[in-house]
Amino acid sequence: MQKTLVIDYEKCTGCRLCEMVCSVKHEGVNNPLRCRINIAKWETKGLMVPMVCRQCEDAPCIAACPTNARLRDEELGRVIVNYDRCIGCKTCVIACPFGAINWDPYAKKVISCDLCDGEPLCAKFCETGAIRYIDSSTANKSQQREAAEKLYESTKAAAEAVR
Amino acid sequence: MALNRKIAYIDLTTGKIETKPISVKMRKIFIGGRGLDAYLMYNHIKPGVDALSPDNVAFISAGLLVGTLASASARTHVAAKSPLTGYFGSTNMGGFFAPELRFAGFDHLVIKGKAAKPSYLWIHNGEIEIRNASKIWGKGVRDTQEALREELGDKDIKALTIGIAGEKMVRYANVMTEIKNAGGRTGMGAVLGSKNLKAIAVRGTMDIKIAHPMEALEYDKKIISQVTAAKVSQEQGRLGTLFIWGATNSQGLVRARNFQLNQLEESDAIEPEEFEKHSFGMTGCYGCQVHCRGKYIIPDGEYKGIYDEGPEYTSIGAWAAEPDCRDITTVLAANHLVNDYGMDTIETGSMIAWAMELYEKGILTEKDTGGLDLSFGNKEAVIEMIHRIARRQGLGDILAEGPLRAAKKIGKDSIKYQIHVKGMSNLQSDERPTPSLALGVATASRGSDHLRSRPAIDLYHLPEPVLRQIYSQPAPYEGPLTSEYTDYEGKSWMVFWQEQCYMAVDSLGICKYHTIFLGPNFPNFQEWSKLIYYNTGLEMSPLDIWDAARRATTLERMFNIREGLTRKDDWLVDRYFDEPTKLGIPIIRGRTIDRDKLHKMIDEYYGFGGWDENGVPKPESLKKMGIDKEPTHLL
Repeated sequence: MQKTLVIDYEKCTGCRLCEMVCSVKHEGVNNPLRCRINIAKWETKGLMVPMVCRQCEDAPCIAACPTNARLRDEELGRVIVNYDRCIGCKTCVIACPFGAINWDPYAKKVISCDLCDGEPLCAKFCETGAIRYIDSSTANKSQQREAAEKLYESTKAAAEAVR
Repeated sequence: MALNRKIAYIDLTTGKIETKPISVKMRKIFIGGRGLDAYLMYNHIKPGVDALSPDNVAFISAGLLVGTLASASARTHVAAKSPLTGYFGSTNMGGFFAPELRFAGFDHLVIKGKAAKPSYLWIHNGEIEIRNASKIWGKGVRDTQEALREELGDKDIKALTIGIAGEKMVRYANVMTEIKNAGGRTGMGAVLGSKNLKAIAVRGTMDIKIAHPMEALEYDKKIISQVTAAKVSQEQGRLGTLFIWGATNSQGLVRARNFQLNQLEESDAIEPEEFEKHSFGMTGCYGCQVHCRGKYIIPDGEYKGIYDEGPEYTSIGAWAAEPDCRDITTVLAANHLVNDYGMDTIETGSMIAWAMELYEKGILTEKDTGGLDLSFGNKEAVIEMIHRIARRQGLGDILAEGPLRAAKKIGKDSIKYQIHVKGMSNLQSDERPTPSLALGVATASRGSDHLRSRPAIDLYHLPEPVLRQIYSQPAPYEGPLTSEYTDYEGKSWMVFWQEQCYMAVDSLGICKYHTIFLGPNFPNFQEWSKLIYYNTGLEMSPLDIWDAARRATTLERMFNIREGLTRKDDWLVDRYFDEPTKLGIPIIRGRTIDRDKLHKMIDEYYGFGGWDENGVPKPESLKKMGIDKEPTHLL
């Protein structure tokens, strides 16, 4: 069973604890530049969206890497970096459609989510349910049920309106 | 590391900026945040200065654990001599400003003098610039922050700002950050306004090194679970502080019609669950899993479609119960207006309710109000008065002066209807049935206040052994403790203990909802000792933290004494003693505070602090705490 990080931005409160625990776990420091997850915020709208690597199957970062430093780890279903090959050219940073690869200016290396080797701390600390680490094949189920419920309600409302 | 953040001295008159390290020794003596600010205030503010003159000094700080893995450690503290009370002015606020200040390399800012023209500070990675704010002067709180992000070209900038109320020096103007993180009470926004300082924009990307990262992660998770497992946290996370209003109004522990009633009857339309219908989720401060702020869009009326956050316990108190209005839109709109004007909810609401009672009694007439019908229940008048106060128009200009100055200007016997302590309005709660809460309000260092020493868990009727478990450490206590909240016995110690507890969290930068405020099983001194060690490497025992808090609360007291405060200022208005509560559950009806018993509690409370019968710290107590030589000017 492969697991994936599922983000429900409607549940995100924007507290950035995910950023903090990510940075401390990987680097021993808290620094929003040095974490592998970031929350994009629109304060005046109350919109908060955690942005993190989607571990793409056909990853643009892997395709773009000129030194084959990025590769897939099929066991955990993630994209990893071989830092022996990485030349720090930042092509992957630009190639990622989600902007999920950060450049750490202190360590001078690209950083992106490594799923904490199978126990992602962001999901462990997030009690709101905005970040969950669940079976990839069932990741859509709760969303599917919610959509189904809305569909049912709207059909019922339409039927009542006609009557 | 978390201990290497600096202090900066900024002189707005001369433009001179100096930075200094903060020694570990000073950390151990005063911790940081509000604790170290108490030291700085006592050292930098000359006695008797006019609070709105360039001689006043403003202090802005982040607590010691801000930006570390200490749950809900997001607090910013702002202090100065208060233009409202003339005594110790202070405010403690959540959000994201304090962590950003630390990422930018600073823990404390000392702001002196007055800028020649509207200015703002731009602080980034160890650098501080004073910049021209003429383009943003006149803007509301949220537009100011957006304009700063635009001008400086960084969407992640956090700013602490004043709104129009601060510019107009309304004596209870707030400092604000983000949409609704409000640094209220005591008028810190007016102080920044008087200095021509519109905002402080910060952005930082400097490491905060965690001393023992793996232990800190594990311990933080434990603390978070300890807090979020409690039902009160879950209610906070669903309804915010509104849930407290629901719980206390049903008993008769709130204020309505300017303290004439202790309950808002027929309140179905404004119960917390009604607000929940308009909320589309919750938001919270940095690193906090309680997330106590609702996100809402104003559903109708003049402000339809505007996004804001909250409302809070005080919003229902100020915009519904006190003016006797039962309208959700009014509460949401008023909450939005004070947030954007940058003005204190408690004080603004109390001043309007007071004016309404004066209007009812015929002390104010339509001539004074500029034709406005200030009858209780007139929701349009509430909204209109918020505008007039913030912009200092007509009667609003008088009410903007705060309880004592406004009563002096209006004259007659208007002061009789003011519900204040030390010239600051009381929270929209009624303490007549609860002597412990009344003592806290009477003696709080920043004037009438519920966040400086209130033993809120006294309302839970906890068994005496549970109380003893909480209140007999880290400092030993063997005196009486009583479960009944209408009792006077043992309450003075609870207030004294809570005062040190709150000083400690305010110095560490942790939110009060993560200590013994609403929940009896929440973290306190024992847990903080570990949090400090894992995150900063500093070794402080629970008793060391207690002692540091004692020094800081004592220095706040000495500041007040130096400004002329006496025992008679630690007192409630006559209505607490002479008018019994009329409504509520049987145990709460017919209650007043007993003058003699309150005096006895005050004696005991002074005694615990090592103060004499006039409330002045005794020389030997100061010596014992190591603060007998203050001011020592070490920072």
